[in-house]
Amino acid sequence: MAITLNLPSVLAAHAGGARTIETKGRTLGEAVADVAARFPALGPRLQDKDGKPYPFVVFYINDEDVRFRGGFEAPIQDGDEVTVIPAIAGG
Amino acid sequence: MTTTAAPTIRPTITATPLRCRNCGAERAAAPVSICEQCLGPFEPVYDPNRTLPDARIIAGRGPSLWRYKEWLPFQGEPVYSRDSGFTPLVETPALARRLGVARAWVKNDTVSHPSLSFKDRVVAAAINAAAAFGLDTIGCASTGNLANAVASHAARAGLTAWIFIPDDLELGKVLGTAIYGPKLVRVRGTYDDVNRLCAQVADRFGWGLVNVNLRSYYGEGSKTVAYEIAEQLGWRLPSAVVAPMAGGSLVSKLFKGFGDFLDAGLVSGRAPRLYGAQGDGCAPIVRLVERGSGNIVPEVPHTIARSLAIGNPADGGIASTVIRETGGWGAAVSDAEIVDAIQVLARDTGIFAETAGCVTVAGALALARSGRLRSDDEVVLCITGHGLKTLEAVSGSLPEAPVISPRLREVAALVEKAAQ
Repeated sequence: MAITLNLPSVLAAHAGGARTIETKGRTLGEAVADVAARFPALGPRLQDKDGKPYPFVVFYINDEDVRFRGGFEAPIQDGDEVTVIPAIAGG
Repeated sequence: MTTTAAPTIRPTITATPLRCRNCGAERAAAPVSICEQCLGPFEPVYDPNRTLPDARIIAGRGPSLWRYKEWLPFQGEPVYSRDSGFTPLVETPALARRLGVARAWVKNDTVSHPSLSFKDRVVAAAINAAAAFGLDTIGCASTGNLANAVASHAARAGLTAWIFIPDDLELGKVLGTAIYGPKLVRVRGTYDDVNRLCAQVADRFGWGLVNVNLRSYYGEGSKTVAYEIAEQLGWRLPSAVVAPMAGGSLVSKLFKGFGDFLDAGLVSGRAPRLYGAQGDGCAPIVRLVERGSGNIVPEVPHTIARSLAIGNPADGGIASTVIRETGGWGAAVSDAEIVDAIQVLARDTGIFAETAGCVTVAGALALARSGRLRSDDEVVLCITGHGLKTLEAVSGSLPEAPVISPRLREVAALVEKAAQ
């Protein structure tokens, strides 16, 4: 079983239309780096040039905001579901 | 499952194009709030060559926020909610004395039409964006006031509303939404959980969620608070404005609104110092103001000001920036200070505000104590929602009224006791 990355439609266009992508890694950062390597157009929209998260792109592991779990350092394992949400909504 | 693929409204209004605040990319008007290129926020683009009205023309228009239509992101006449806005600006010498300032006013959105909070302004904008896009279903993620507003505006427009709220909201907020007959959904979790879910809902179902995919248009409604303050002061600006902060949008739109009128030459001078207030159990924007740089650090909210309980505020960064750029500051206040402030405002001004509204009053008092306000200041306090929405906050803090028999001597005894 792999890790599943769910993309919003605004990002799916940069992944060949795929709304879900399978990935792997021991941390969220590794899982994102794996996706970035396979989808060059998507990569810069998930992480900055230093491989760090943007403040306006929020990652959730199994519906929990990863900023409460160490950000890209958050541990991750097979079966986990990662959801990407642009942090624009709210208020 | 319900979707809204087929437009059912014949629009007589069109929405303006959009431009990304982050990378500058432009696109045609659409129910989209996020840039496809960089994921930054879209903002409406206004034609710099459009004809703007002067003060006399504006003053001759009807008493609603649409008197400032040239600064709202549409062409044509509004289809819905034509009567929201233009709430009273009430001078309060008693509060001015408490704050140690020259003059003070309350911008009284507790009497906003139709749902008794400033959210009527943003929903008036968003529901007309929905009309422009032919959407027959709107919705929102809400901490309460927005839920009331979306349900109310949708009901009178005959639109379907899907409204998502945290499951522990105050009874007044829940009933004050359910009464209009929307599809109301209570979500186990915090507002931030609800908000994340709604981002996914908007993506999936294509509805017009006012603070998600209609957000670029929705947010512009908040600017009308600034326009009204300037006009009601006699076409001039106050020196300071204090506003509550949840997602941070109101403060940033106040800045934009005052700037619009300065640019148009309708007022002169400099933009007011902007102060933002939050409950200290959920104050990520205040803490960013205090740190001075960096990004929002999300918090898990614990405050009775549930309307402001957003631990991951979308516009927190820009709110912090405009607060510091204008020379303002932030104030985080305790639950006890909020409850006291509700009574202070009521007794000084005759205005009963909800917890979020009185975060403003408590914040202003804290700012005054710390020397942030000046003796020559003219201060406007933005009071954003009515107190009947959050009765729980004060129900235990007020004295119980005496119960008597219908006899004059019992009244006389009370009068005698009151005189002691």
